[in-house]
Amino acid sequence: MQDDTLTIAGRTFRSRLFLGTAGYPNQQVMLDSLEASGTELATVAIRRISLDGYSESLVDVIADVLGGRVGLLPNTAGCLTAREAVLTAQLAREALGTDWVKLEVIGDRELLYPDVEELLRATEELVADGFTVLPYCNDDPVTCRKLADLGAAAVMPLGAFIGSGLGIRNPHAIETICARSPVPVVLDAGIGTASDAALAMELGCSAVLLNTAVSKARDPVRMAAAMRDAVSAGRSARLAGRMPKRAFAEPSSPQLGLIGT
Amino acid sequence: MSATIQINGRAEAVTAATVAALLAERGIVPGARGVAVALNGAVLPSRRWAETPLSPGDAIEIVRPIQGG
Repeated sequence: MQDDTLTIAGRTFRSRLFLGTAGYPNQQVMLDSLEASGTELATVAIRRISLDGYSESLVDVIADVLGGRVGLLPNTAGCLTAREAVLTAQLAREALGTDWVKLEVIGDRELLYPDVEELLRATEELVADGFTVLPYCNDDPVTCRKLADLGAAAVMPLGAFIGSGLGIRNPHAIETICARSPVPVVLDAGIGTASDAALAMELGCSAVLLNTAVSKARDPVRMAAAMRDAVSAGRSARLAGRMPKRAFAEPSSPQLGLIGT
Repeated sequence: MSATIQINGRAEAVTAATVAALLAERGIVPGARGVAVALNGAVLPSRRWAETPLSPGDAIEIVRPIQGG
């Protein structure tokens, strides 16, 4: 499976797992989890700096420890309008020197569900401004298609509410999106455990983005390794092509030469 | 002489004449990795911090990457 790489906007990944950096018990566990996951892309948020004291930079920490093996993908988490999201993306580009952005435009602070109108508007503006846009979106084939048509480099439909760990609530919708999408599909949000990540890949997703399933596991580093294996196994199963489902039994042992016949 | 400006949403009286001077007071030097600034709703690239004056009523946002999902 060595040659089975993922390419998004000209950038090639060996790992099909993208990992968030939030909510770990401590920084060392986060770094160890990134390492164990094998990820090459880690998400970060952009926030106002604390003016009370200048503390260690996350960018420096990740760069120092993981030495260029892990790229950073800034998000626009918490933005409620296209305007806020566009400015946040532009600040992220200035801060990190990347034109990649995980675009989130939220329409409901409790559900963290995307605001589709604002998301489409922000995608259009950011694509025009030269960004590589990876929008977090509904598990809706029409919205995904519109985002791709506007120039999104990938689409990232949710499996379930952010941070819920409820798994993929509508596998058929995700499978349909994967079958029809002209751009890579990254399952983003809702993953709770390894089997969810494997399922995403079996349904045809090109990659999985997750955070809380690892950071809030009892042993995050071990779960990060489990996710690495699950994504890899799910991808292999997808490429292998699963057997057809049957409504009734089909004996796997030969029916000839049974004793007593 | 001091001017009142909004720094990360908080009104503050500042004496710094330029964006660079204000950031230097906070320990942030141009080229600091991972820091970005917006002035009045638009990104201000770090190469322009030194030449950009502060005026009363300006709103400045100073941000950087933190842990996120």
